[in-house]
Amino acid sequence: MKSTLILSTAAAMMLSSAAVHAETLRLLTWGGYAPDEVIAKFEEKTGHKVEVTKSNNEEMIAKLRATNGGGFDLAQPSQDRIAGPQAEFGIYKPLDMSKIDTSLFIPSMLEATKGNTTVDGEVYAVPHIWGTSGLVVNTAAAGDVKDYVDLCNPAYAGKVSYRLKRPTLIGFAFSMGMDPFAAYADEAAYKDILDKVEAKLAECKPNVKTYWDGGDELKNLMRSGEVVASMAWDTGGWQLNDDNKDITFVAPTSGALGWIDTFALPARGRADEAAYAWINFVMQPEIAAMITKSAGNFTASQGGDADVDEALKAKYNASFPQEAIDNIKWYPSVPAGLEALEGAALDRINAAK
Amino acid sequence: MVGNLSKRGYIAAHGGGMVSDKSKLTFWLLMAPLLIWLVTLIVLPHVGMFLVSMREKIGVREYQTSFANYEVFFNEPLYWNTFARTAYMSITATALTLGIGFPIAYYIAKLTRGRTKTTLFLMCLIPFWVSELVRTFGWMILLRETGVFSNVLQYLGLVSGPVEMLYNDAAIMTGLVYTSMLFMVVPLVTTLDSLDDSLIEAGYDLGASSFAILREIIIPHAMPGIVSGCIVVFMLSLGNYLTPILLGGKDSLWFTGLIYSQFITRFNWELGSAFGFLLLGLSSLIVFVGLKLSRQSLTKTMGQA
Repeated sequence: MKSTLILSTAAAMMLSSAAVHAETLRLLTWGGYAPDEVIAKFEEKTGHKVEVTKSNNEEMIAKLRATNGGGFDLAQPSQDRIAGPQAEFGIYKPLDMSKIDTSLFIPSMLEATKGNTTVDGEVYAVPHIWGTSGLVVNTAAAGDVKDYVDLCNPAYAGKVSYRLKRPTLIGFAFSMGMDPFAAYADEAAYKDILDKVEAKLAECKPNVKTYWDGGDELKNLMRSGEVVASMAWDTGGWQLNDDNKDITFVAPTSGALGWIDTFALPARGRADEAAYAWINFVMQPEIAAMITKSAGNFTASQGGDADVDEALKAKYNASFPQEAIDNIKWYPSVPAGLEALEGAALDRINAAK
Repeated sequence: MVGNLSKRGYIAAHGGGMVSDKSKLTFWLLMAPLLIWLVTLIVLPHVGMFLVSMREKIGVREYQTSFANYEVFFNEPLYWNTFARTAYMSITATALTLGIGFPIAYYIAKLTRGRTKTTLFLMCLIPFWVSELVRTFGWMILLRETGVFSNVLQYLGLVSGPVEMLYNDAAIMTGLVYTSMLFMVVPLVTTLDSLDDSLIEAGYDLGASSFAILREIIIPHAMPGIVSGCIVVFMLSLGNYLTPILLGGKDSLWFTGLIYSQFITRFNWELGSAFGFLLLGLSSLIVFVGLKLSRQSLTKTMGQA
């Protein structure tokens, strides 16, 4: 009796001492990046609480812009979408690299991300999860779709889909033999590329069943067979492969587009300690493997792919032979203001008959 | 504040008058929630949005005051056309809703009594117990290529292959009419209820045809209800976002969709705000023209229906 009392008092004291430093981490992230089991482990270990808000790149920036970088303590935008919005809206604060255990990261990926997200000599992000976008193809119905432009093949009229967003413009540009990334710095040259892509996509419009918006919408279209080929993320294709062996992710011949989602601190975040603790916690190899299982994509954690299950590795290897990996086009940082050009082009494509 | 000042002025001028003083205070107290709501949730955001819409972006974090964002709207035919299309589709949806809603409302108000009336009224209401999103997804399940209608038609042998009924203007129209039906039926039932049956009987006694009675007695009486129903349905359709986007697919050009994409995917709040104001201004103009044409006043229609 007495010992239980002492124990529970001790437990209560431990809890209260943890509560002194405990913060609530408001995490702005993507679906699957913060699975419940990881949050439970983190809360147990550090005493911090985690509140998750699921979002996407554009919404993250829009949300943080609306509050001048407040309302969240840690955000996970893609690495190419940090320098531009930071220069334009000032929604992030620089990272204190001394608080991050850099030994947990794959060095090449860490350096690349740091380089891409440096504004005025300050680093704003470290990498977390990476993946690619390319094509999801029902090989039984549309086996000859190998590249983005193949989506415009009249044989598949009314049976293809893509998003009306910037990755589509970029993917089609590469597929049409141009290099949009090289033209990022030259607005006139980039406009020229966009004009050609716009013409192509307007011409291709009758082929499109609908422009998909969310991952679930696309999966529905592919599963029902209403769509036989689409631009999509690698994970989407692999998940569909579990339900239907004919559907899989195909790295386009012109190169899959590589993205890296990062950790960045919103400018007016209040729980920096918890944010750094979260970063260092989830980058541990065994936690990273849990996240890979939930998100379906690999992480930038050194050794994080060791514990990943064989089925996912097999699908990854099938979609990405070595030359396809070497051919991945990694998004460079988007210069501020480029999105206005792309937006106008996308609007015109949407209006085309 | 205003109440206080005028109260003091009143006391100074009349040297008292406690009764009207008190009623004035009561008036302002009762008005307070409404005023706070109007000012903080409607007036202030609009002022803020107007200021944003007047900012022209000239460089990274550099802005100047100008009408440039409004010029974009008038110089780019795409935005103009989308607005015109949205307005024209909304007017069509309103007309269709009126066409379908009027007989229903007349039946409920004039030809049924007691329990039947309540039941029918309730049946109009039931679809609105679920959210708009769910209702729209319901239509998607019915209309899609692998959906219910397509399968039934194939089963009956009326068509040979799957038919796609989703992602076109007709699908948008169906969704819009379905979504706004209630807002047409309710004011119509109310005004038709207030029409004395003896007037219709008198019309028949005097040898008028059914059509003449409809034109000379029923429609003039129901006019305030028709107009207020039309205003609500038109505004709802014009400002609808979900239905056109989900049911319209790749051809879903809707002005609210443009505003959304300017704010969220293009980070162009300046242009988005200008669009918002243009939508407000142009829709008010259309309602104003509609009222003039039907020779109704806003006070009269809103007061009666």
